[in-house]
Amino acid sequence: MGSRASTLLREEEIEEIKKETGFSHSQITRLYSRFTSLDKGENGTLSREDFQRIPELAINPLGDRIINAFFPEGEDQVNFRGFMRTLAHFRPIEDNEKNKDPTASEPLNSRSNKLLFAFRLYDLDRDDKISRDELLQVLRMMVGVNISDEQLGSIADRTIQEADQNGDNSISFNEFIKKVCL
Amino acid sequence: ISFRCMGCSTEEMGLFLDFNPFDNLLCILLGISFTVWFTLLLVFIIVPAIFGVSFGIRQLYMKTLLKIFEWATHRIERGEPTSLEEEIKEIRRSGSNRDLDHASEFEMSDIFYFCRQGVESIMDDEVTKRFSAEELESWNLLTRSNYNFQHISLRLTVLWGLGVVIRYGFLLPLRVTLAFTGVGLLVVLTSIIGFLPNGRMKNFLSEQVHLMCYRICVRALTAIITYHDSENKPKNGGICVANHTSPIDVIILASDGCYAMVGQIHGGLMGVIQKSMVKACPHIWFERSEVKDRHLVAKRLSDHVEDKTKLPILIFPEGTCINNTSVMMFKKGSFEIGSTVYPVAIKYDPRFGDAFWNSSQFGMVNYLLRMMSSWAIVCSVWYLPPMTREEGEDAVQFANRVKAAIARQGGLVDLLWDGGLKRGKVKDTFKEEQQKLYSKMLVGTQEDRSRS
Repeated sequence: MGSRASTLLREEEIEEIKKETGFSHSQITRLYSRFTSLDKGENGTLSREDFQRIPELAINPLGDRIINAFFPEGEDQVNFRGFMRTLAHFRPIEDNEKNKDPTASEPLNSRSNKLLFAFRLYDLDRDDKISRDELLQVLRMMVGVNISDEQLGSIADRTIQEADQNGDNSISFNEFIKKVCL
Repeated sequence: ISFRCMGCSTEEMGLFLDFNPFDNLLCILLGISFTVWFTLLLVFIIVPAIFGVSFGIRQLYMKTLLKIFEWATHRIERGEPTSLEEEIKEIRRSGSNRDLDHASEFEMSDIFYFCRQGVESIMDDEVTKRFSAEELESWNLLTRSNYNFQHISLRLTVLWGLGVVIRYGFLLPLRVTLAFTGVGLLVVLTSIIGFLPNGRMKNFLSEQVHLMCYRICVRALTAIITYHDSENKPKNGGICVANHTSPIDVIILASDGCYAMVGQIHGGLMGVIQKSMVKACPHIWFERSEVKDRHLVAKRLSDHVEDKTKLPILIFPEGTCINNTSVMMFKKGSFEIGSTVYPVAIKYDPRFGDAFWNSSQFGMVNYLLRMMSSWAIVCSVWYLPPMTREEGEDAVQFANRVKAAIARQGGLVDLLWDGGLKRGKVKDTFKEEQQKLYSKMLVGTQEDRSRS
């Protein structure tokens, strides 16, 4: 199956993905091999069930949110390009990229794009603010049934207090960056 | 014109007369080569199989192959290894402060930890990769094990082509003939033995017949097996457990000792073989409906085990085929019975041909054909010292202890994951465990704070 997979991905596509995401040729073919092995329906796209079949992801408390990040607004299937685009956020920043031309468009794996990915895990409704409710939701996902509502509430309140600087009782992206990067 | 026709026809007749001796010669040559072929087969393969002796031909074959593979490997480009470690370091630098001695209360960056784990498992995870063939570092001239097959060099391609001709033209027909011989003999001879009255003669004959036929099958697959620590071989009244990679495991173990097999009755050829085997000595075959009934299964197994004249039972507790890089969760059923457990570790050498049976990819016949057209199946079998359940140990702990011993001996990764995840979903309890761990971290710190 492996050797067939790499021939299904055309050279031009590999070049395009390389330009867009910065992955190397062999990284792309390897990830394509992974993509096809996850794609049990063999229709060139992944659904949420395909992701949930990975046991280590299924037991991850934030598994569902992470899976969501792969799917664009309102869609149920992700193709290989979309898959790579999301994974590109996690590609390490190489030294030779740091001194790149500042007028070129920001690479997918820039520091700020990585932080935006994490921010969006909290900010479900995409209003660019993490409200108390959204924070509570994520906290609840991570702790399960092991902490009471009151305790969790006070943790959330404390966090917002520490991070919120403009007094709107929610955390914006800039406040998030400041809080996270000491 | 008629004169010319006469001339032509006499010429033709002359030519026709000439063909006859050639025809005969061809037939004679074919006849001779077949006879030679079968004599060689008999002398070098079947007779040694009957007596359990070996000429050492397979060992020589194996050494030659290894030398060729080493030579071939130098000519393959290696791709860049993708490393997830660099990725982890980068995320840490980006601000995740997950040092546990710094454990403050909840930090917003805590999600980076789960995020990282999640995306890592999307790229590659420890479980699903056990259900497909292991990737090799060097190429063994089989297209099926080459993931980056590009035209590398003319010499290598010629070598590969030669390999194809040898494997499909010579080895495969040879092996298929042997396989049919082995299976045929098994069915016929066990049925004959079934007519004998129960007693020591019958048991002795049945053992010899089983061993002989399995040895022929071993040669049919060109399996080169090294048995270690044979003093620990399973004895009557015990249960032999081993890790499971393919149906060939049964042939490998059964050609060195006699076991009572456990399994479901199949239809077709398998069913015929099963029914005739059970005439010669007691194997444990279950109807499909009986398999679900755990108590019935346990009862039959313990009845068999208590009878010391019956052979040791062979069980594969993983319940499914794993790709021989790890050992997955052992089902506790066989460990509840309370008899001596004889663990056996089987490790295949993937350089000669991958023995793993991916049942979602190929059916049984396809799989056997692939096995017979590989170079060889090389494996090592270790008989581990017998284990019994200790005081205060429950079946699950005992099973894990046996599993750890097998994994250690075979050089396999010891995983707690259930092999059933090949087809089913993971239980929610695992997620709840993760949540519990994280909560302890938060709440624990709160208690310290209130104390200070």
